[in-house]
Amino acid sequence: MTDIAPTFTSTAPRGRGGPAQSVRDSLVVAKRNLLGMVRIPETILFALFQPIMFVVLFSYVFGGSIQIPGAGLDAAAYREFLMAGIFAQTVTFATAGSSAGLAADMSKGLIDRFRSLPMARGAVLTGRTLADALQTALTLVVLAIVALLVGWRVHAGIPKALAGFGLLLLLGYAFTWIGALIGLSVRSPEAATSGGLVWLFPLTFISVAFVPSQNMPAFLQHVAEWNPFSATVVAGRELFGNLPPHYPTPDAWPMQHPALASLIWSVLIIAVFRTLAVRKYRRSA
Amino acid sequence: MPGAIHAEGLVKTFGDVTALDGVDLDVPQGTVLGLLGPNGAGKTTAVRILTTLLTPDSGTASVAGVDVLKDPTEVRRSIGVSGQFAAVDEYLTGRENLDMVGRLYQMPARQAKRRAEELLDQFDLADAADRTAKTYSGGMRRRLDLAAALVVHPPVMFMDEPTTGLDPRNRQALWEVIEDLVAGGTTLLLTTQYLEEADHLAHAVAVVDHGRVIARGTSDELKARTGGERVETVVHAQADLTRAAELLDRHALHGPGQGSVTVQRQTRRLTVPVSGGTKLLAEVIRDLEAAAIEIDDIGLRRPTLDDVFISLTGHATAEGAQPGGETSGEEPK
Repeated sequence: MTDIAPTFTSTAPRGRGGPAQSVRDSLVVAKRNLLGMVRIPETILFALFQPIMFVVLFSYVFGGSIQIPGAGLDAAAYREFLMAGIFAQTVTFATAGSSAGLAADMSKGLIDRFRSLPMARGAVLTGRTLADALQTALTLVVLAIVALLVGWRVHAGIPKALAGFGLLLLLGYAFTWIGALIGLSVRSPEAATSGGLVWLFPLTFISVAFVPSQNMPAFLQHVAEWNPFSATVVAGRELFGNLPPHYPTPDAWPMQHPALASLIWSVLIIAVFRTLAVRKYRRSA
Repeated sequence: MPGAIHAEGLVKTFGDVTALDGVDLDVPQGTVLGLLGPNGAGKTTAVRILTTLLTPDSGTASVAGVDVLKDPTEVRRSIGVSGQFAAVDEYLTGRENLDMVGRLYQMPARQAKRRAEELLDQFDLADAADRTAKTYSGGMRRRLDLAAALVVHPPVMFMDEPTTGLDPRNRQALWEVIEDLVAGGTTLLLTTQYLEEADHLAHAVAVVDHGRVIARGTSDELKARTGGERVETVVHAQADLTRAAELLDRHALHGPGQGSVTVQRQTRRLTVPVSGGTKLLAEVIRDLEAAAIEIDDIGLRRPTLDDVFISLTGHATAEGAQPGGETSGEEPK
């Protein structure tokens, strides 16, 4: 060593503390995660592949057989109806990325490294979720282009459409916090990958994303209409102008006020799961 | 005055497993303490508590004069941690890894960059600086991990099994780095399964077993308690075993007639605790020659970690591993 550390002092500057340091540290971690994503582009490609496959399968395989109230059996109308559902499913599936990423960091000892550094306590998780949200946004752009290619159109004007994408992104961000909690709770990256995905299937299918709730048994109908995921799907449909002209809106409150319901659900999920995940992070052994 | 690392009465249980059962440690500033013990003895748990990663059920600890439980952030500013599993991000380059750690130690961007550069040079990673850590060899990863621990010139360092899994050349290189650090005034707590490593690096050794410190001292003191050195020989003919045993008994550490020679008939191996080093070994060889006892192998053996353990606890280590040296399951009497 060329220079000798004097007694009991380190050359680490004292952190600024408070929100300024949280933002700064989160961005350092987000940059690290984005670099990682760029270097494993397969992850992004696979993340794109599934929704594109769903667009094609649902549009062309099921499209002619699913009845939309107010439009009947109309494949073109179903495609319009479907797209917000695919968008929403895509943003929630990003959850699996956060859980797998954090579980891998845990198993490799990186979380220990971070926890032994004088950094803001939530920054590792916030950095992760921010990077995942950016990846989700990118995925949404590509998906929207594919949707336009198969005939999806926005009928309610650009500002409303952007608001729709905003709600979708917010939902995706909220779900990455659920993924963060899962990733910190499981014992292996493999468990995180499956644990991050399985519950998303019932969540996204018992919803109004792919079929109208009117077609379901009464019990499932209630579940689907109060599903946080459904609120964002319907909000998207409204803001994109994708609902058939005579579509009978279900009576459930979130279906009557989908944009507001979507906003409330997302904020609620962030508040609850961020708290739980940060607590878990601080105590993880 | 308490040392740079100080712990009193640390207790930690996981479910019904007691990982630490009242551990006291004190490492004076500028010295190295080797925490020696088998897997599962509680070494890592102790390090995790001292590095703020784990909260003890009871007990107190301070590092660099700061209470670990009351002000963990302040402790984190003063420590460098290097682990058994090289905790570097394999998708980042060496430079990016060090830069990130510097930023998270709250360094301004320019300072973090400059420091990363210095460390890459110092650890012989400059040529690999822009390759992702995924492409690094085991030794390079370990160097990068250690460099990351040194970003802020921490006055107190923790190294959890720093050389486990490294080849002898890399182990030697890492030992040299550690010696330089300590010469520079760094206080170091090091865990290891290898007595040889503790011997080489540590001023003092604490032997941990079942969550308790069962012995303390310098490694020489420990070895002396274990029975010091011994002569081990393999005779060529089984028929010579009894005569050879009688002959070796005359050189026994505690005098002849104490039954201190161990005989393994199957392998024709005889072991006797001695003192006197190579000079005595030469005497034994001369005696054997004079008695016309043909030998296949003879040598002066130092106690292994297993020996220390058996002598202190009455049971073997879980691993019984010893780098480069030989492992022996018998207890010298």
